[in-house]
Amino acid sequence: MFKDIFKDTSVRILITFMVVLCVSASLVLPEWMQNNFLYGLSRGLAVLGLMLLWRTNLISFGHALYYGFGAYAVALSQKYFGITDILLRFAIAVIAAGVLGFMLGFILKKYREIFFAMLSLAFSMVLYGLLAKAEFLGSTDGMSISPSTLLGMELTREYLLFLIAFFVICTAVSIQAYLRSTLGHLTTAISDNEIRVEYLGFSVEKAIHIKYVISACLAGGAGGLMAASLGQVDPDSMVNWNVSGELVFITIMSGSGNILAPFIGAIVFEFIRTYAFEWAPQAWQMIVGGTLLAIIFFFPGGIWSVLEKIFNQGKKKNVK
Amino acid sequence: MSSNIVLEVSDLNKSFSGITAAHNLNVSIKKGEIVGIIGANGAGKTVFVNMITGYLKPTSGKIEFLGSDITGIEPRDATHIGLCRSFQISQVFMTMTVKENLMIAMSLAKKSGNQLLKPFQDEVISNECDKILDLYKIKDQKDLTVSTLSQGIRKLLDISMAVVGNPKVILLDEPTSGVSVEEKFGIMDIVISALKQTGTSVLFVEHDMEIVERYVDRVIAFYQGEIICDAPPKEALSNEKVIEYVLGH
Repeated sequence: MFKDIFKDTSVRILITFMVVLCVSASLVLPEWMQNNFLYGLSRGLAVLGLMLLWRTNLISFGHALYYGFGAYAVALSQKYFGITDILLRFAIAVIAAGVLGFMLGFILKKYREIFFAMLSLAFSMVLYGLLAKAEFLGSTDGMSISPSTLLGMELTREYLLFLIAFFVICTAVSIQAYLRSTLGHLTTAISDNEIRVEYLGFSVEKAIHIKYVISACLAGGAGGLMAASLGQVDPDSMVNWNVSGELVFITIMSGSGNILAPFIGAIVFEFIRTYAFEWAPQAWQMIVGGTLLAIIFFFPGGIWSVLEKIFNQGKKKNVK
Repeated sequence: MSSNIVLEVSDLNKSFSGITAAHNLNVSIKKGEIVGIIGANGAGKTVFVNMITGYLKPTSGKIEFLGSDITGIEPRDATHIGLCRSFQISQVFMTMTVKENLMIAMSLAKKSGNQLLKPFQDEVISNECDKILDLYKIKDQKDLTVSTLSQGIRKLLDISMAVVGNPKVILLDEPTSGVSVEEKFGIMDIVISALKQTGTSVLFVEHDMEIVERYVDRVIAFYQGEIICDAPPKEALSNEKVIEYVLGH
């Protein structure tokens, strides 16, 4: 599966981008931008999960379920077991969301289109309702998360960014290996023709279930890292329907062309939101909405299609 | 069941909300035999094929494949045991190239979990696919996206995808439907000669009697869900019932 993975152009671009981002965030860019990178990279993992589903023509309007589940798993592991190590936090968030995704996948794999999308949303709102009512989980106030550690040492924001970038590289490279495999190619095949896949001897439901669990793991990991970055989990910022909506928003804005697209999209989203809030605190949602409209009308392939166009034009000029 | 028989259907029935689509069907298919299934629209031909390949569950009756009861089998399990099919409307992956279509089919036919996790662009699989593309005379189109190709090429691809796992029996649902008159004999020549090489038994549903007469060893004629004739082509096509209910003379 991982044979020659580091010869893959997408993987090389991803690693280069992450290295440049970490170095510039550490040496050149102002400190406040580190937060946007932290949140963007964390959220990008959940968007990568949605991108996987989107490639099979499946859209989930309720991925905040796993995002929040991962975040609360981190909070609970700290509350009951005192776990603050970032590696353990990430692993716990991924596993917890994966297990939940595996169980719900038995139901969701049978549905398509709007039913799949809305059923996901319904499950996420059930979790929201439970979290908002559960006093031992902090109810609507949520729970605070102490700073992350690595091998017993407390991490600065800068080092947390490096580690999150490292997690992103490991995860995205694994996803690229999956997409290059036959199982990954079934993604496109299923969206093209489910009947043919069945008659070739592979269960479409099984393929969707596998993909759904991977997607849940990514969203859970994203939630866990976001909780570690924010230092706080609460139902409104982690599980509410608008969080799922934002993830879908970023997925459309990013485009599904490359494993790097979700991370660029998520970082761009953080900056749009920051500046929109700065310039128009009462109407920042209008600016964010307008941006999505512009992308849908003018660049339906998302930010990645724009970058691809620029890159290809540059290549043509070099050839001339 | 005789050792030469690969597929045996006994007393097979299918009804939809009280309407009978198949009534007491009894058919045996020998190894390497080429059987044509004919009948007017709605006669029950496709229902018969769909029941054998697991797309429809029979109301009653039994389907045996190589001596094992496979009644009500799932389509993917039918493929695994060597019972494959092609479709009236080609079921291919439109956004992929011809070779990618075949490579997916080939990788899945390997039946090993490892193959699914290996990089898709596998040299061994690629070489095997090239041989099949050559056999089905679609090698020149291998890098073209399927949506840009003619119905004839799509049909050949559809059939070649069904045979990658070396099935014992293949069911072809109207292999020349939607194909131009000029292309139809060319396509059937390619398909039948390729399948004869592997000794695969073939059942094909067909409306074109020229094709039936030219390629089959035996004809099964359907009318209102029942088999009205099961005989060699010359005998079947001169049968009174077939002339009246199928050929419409």
